[in-house]
Amino acid sequence: MSADKAKKAHEPLFHVVKRNSMPLWKAWLIRLAAVLAALVVCGIIIVTVTGENPFAMYKTMFVGAFGTTRRRWSLLQDLAMLLCISLAVTPAFKMKFWNIGAEGQVLIGGLATASCMILMGDKVSPYVLYPVMIITSMLAGALWAVIPAIFKAKWNTNETLFTLMMNYIAIQLLSYFSFIWSNPKGSGKIGIINASSHAGWLPQIGGNKYLFNLLVVLAITIFMYVYLKYSKHGYELAVVGESENTARYAGINVKKVIIRTMLLSGAICGIAGLLLVAGANHTVSSNAADGRGFTAIMVSWLAKFNPIFMILTSLLLVFLDKGATEISTTFSLNDSFSEILSGIIIFFIIGCEFFINYKIKFREKAKPAPAAEPQSVEKEGEGS
Amino acid sequence: MKKILAVILSLVLVLSLAACGAKSVEKESQAEGESESAAPASGLKVGFIFLHDENSTYDKNFIEAAKEACANLGAEPVIKTNIPEDKECYETAADLADSGCSIVFADSFGHEDYMIQAAQEYPDVQFCHATGTQAHTAGLDNFHNCFASIYEGRYLAGIAAGLKLNEMIDEGKIKPEEAKIGYIGAYTYAEVISGYTSFFLGARSICESATMSVQFTGSWYDETMEKEAATKLIESGCVLISQHADSMGSPTACENAGVPNVSYNGSTKSVAPNTFIISSKINWVPYMEYIITQVQNGEAIDTDWTGTIATGSVQLTEINDDVAAEGTKEAIIEAQAKLEDGSLKVFDTSTFTVGGKTLDTHLADVDTDPDYTPDTEAVADGYFHESEYRSAPYFDIQIDGIELLNAEY
Repeated sequence: MSADKAKKAHEPLFHVVKRNSMPLWKAWLIRLAAVLAALVVCGIIIVTVTGENPFAMYKTMFVGAFGTTRRRWSLLQDLAMLLCISLAVTPAFKMKFWNIGAEGQVLIGGLATASCMILMGDKVSPYVLYPVMIITSMLAGALWAVIPAIFKAKWNTNETLFTLMMNYIAIQLLSYFSFIWSNPKGSGKIGIINASSHAGWLPQIGGNKYLFNLLVVLAITIFMYVYLKYSKHGYELAVVGESENTARYAGINVKKVIIRTMLLSGAICGIAGLLLVAGANHTVSSNAADGRGFTAIMVSWLAKFNPIFMILTSLLLVFLDKGATEISTTFSLNDSFSEILSGIIIFFIIGCEFFINYKIKFREKAKPAPAAEPQSVEKEGEGS
Repeated sequence: MKKILAVILSLVLVLSLAACGAKSVEKESQAEGESESAAPASGLKVGFIFLHDENSTYDKNFIEAAKEACANLGAEPVIKTNIPEDKECYETAADLADSGCSIVFADSFGHEDYMIQAAQEYPDVQFCHATGTQAHTAGLDNFHNCFASIYEGRYLAGIAAGLKLNEMIDEGKIKPEEAKIGYIGAYTYAEVISGYTSFFLGARSICESATMSVQFTGSWYDETMEKEAATKLIESGCVLISQHADSMGSPTACENAGVPNVSYNGSTKSVAPNTFIISSKINWVPYMEYIITQVQNGEAIDTDWTGTIATGSVQLTEINDDVAAEGTKEAIIEAQAKLEDGSLKVFDTSTFTVGGKTLDTHLADVDTDPDYTPDTEAVADGYFHESEYRSAPYFDIQIDGIELLNAEY
């Protein structure tokens, strides 16, 4: 065994080499090939497991996501929420600060919003209520994010664990307040807040429930694009992300950048909580964020931290989610099955990035490998 | 070597594509044939919104009833599972209405506000909501609540539990004062309180020394917590377990510990063959058939509908003879007959005390409002009138003999 290993170490069958650059069209061709390969694998699984026609299923996904005006709006609203949280986590990730606490930051922002609506809703004028809601939600989100940041900056604690733990605290707080404010008493559900007075509800524009949310998120997207690309702050955090030592050498106050960036990250998560509670759900519960705090990480990474690309990647994920739900209804399949399909598609899309960034060199003759990738994975898929 | 591998791989790919192409065409034509033959006779589409999927005993019970009722009456079910209790519920309800459903049904308590929101927008579609409390005060013609007098079923299941306790006492396995029942509830909510109290009264009507400890989980569905709660109760000396929570958590814990379990929402014999005694459940088929028939005939649906043993809405599953005490079936049949003819009342005030005293008056919060104002006198003629003034339970009294271990939920 060990002898075998040693032999391989001398002469590996193939080795991975980083590509210097690839023309854009070629990169997109690989991505397209990956999507097609994913659809083929999904098709094979659909036929072997359910015996349904894969093309009918793909069509159902489109109908489920875009079929009616209502569905398109709902898709846009979900896209906006996912995008908002993805934008929030992006500066931290660009700084290589592994913030996996967006879920908790959104929840606590939502809780702050809900508490304003419940406790002050009918007592103060809207001119007081809205600013208070906005400020408290941003502060709550920022507080939730800055605690791990301060510990990281001062004592170099592990931010991954810390932000993760903060999620659980937020979830427990949400459960607690869901019970305290439950209506009817004891049911553990808050129900729609201020259902008759609509106090604290974000305004509808032209009778549309979600347009306001969309505009807010659009503004945040543009802000984030400019912030990351053109501002001094954006440059500083990118330098900290590349190398803390370089940053220090260049005279950047690394601690300050970490804390400042997480304050911003948390505040945007707080806004996401505000939009979710006051702009869409009008209630709050411990699963209000619905895992978006984690999905956002994928959206952000897939788009390589580019806010404009993030619109596309969040659209992809929301589309897959909506399509999956429709599949389970139309074909009477368990939700889990459509989630498997979404998982395969996402796996291929993430996987293809590897072949865009690296090439595989075989022993003896060197040969580019992209063609080998879909085939080998397909064989695997077919075997299952 | 590499070339051979590549050739083999591409061959596999091509062949599998060809195979799947051929198969799918075949399937398609088959599917078309099927859908034609199974075309709904009435053309009525019924939308269903469920909180979880079949992995929850609570939702499974609804899902099966939905399919059965639709099949019986030739309606087409459109089922949406895993719909959370937020605007997603409203969106789904509205989407179902958009897609031509004449009835939209939702199964979870927290869906109610969103169903009302959709009902206001689609006056021509009937919105039916199980376990809700607001229909009788919402003032909407097309929004309806439903429930069943499940406390009667709980009481009967309690009789099976009482007999089992007596059997354990007679066999010398436990002393009479050790006949402690463990109960896992979700919240200190009227539906849960009504459920465990009626279960306890049923058990104590057979085994006089029975006591009960209730552990709340603070969640309607949390498999791990329910399992832990059951294990904790068993360790603290409970010799029989029952639950009002929706996962397989407690039955599994009971099976692992070998402690008998009286279940809810349907048989859990599959996961607990050696400990499952009996389960009470609400059979939703009668209600679903009722709403479909009313809409087919163009008639109005009751604002508040309470199913009973007589309508077939309250049911007991088959008894597991390997575990249940002898005579369980006979005792249940006897009590059931008395419940049906009215000679036996579950919440007969002579059978329990509150703070050492007999209950002779109680104002219940029947009309839901944010301040929980008690508004309706529920005690009369020597018993508590449960599920008579609205379909959802409102018995929320702490009776003597039941100990709450964590009432913070």
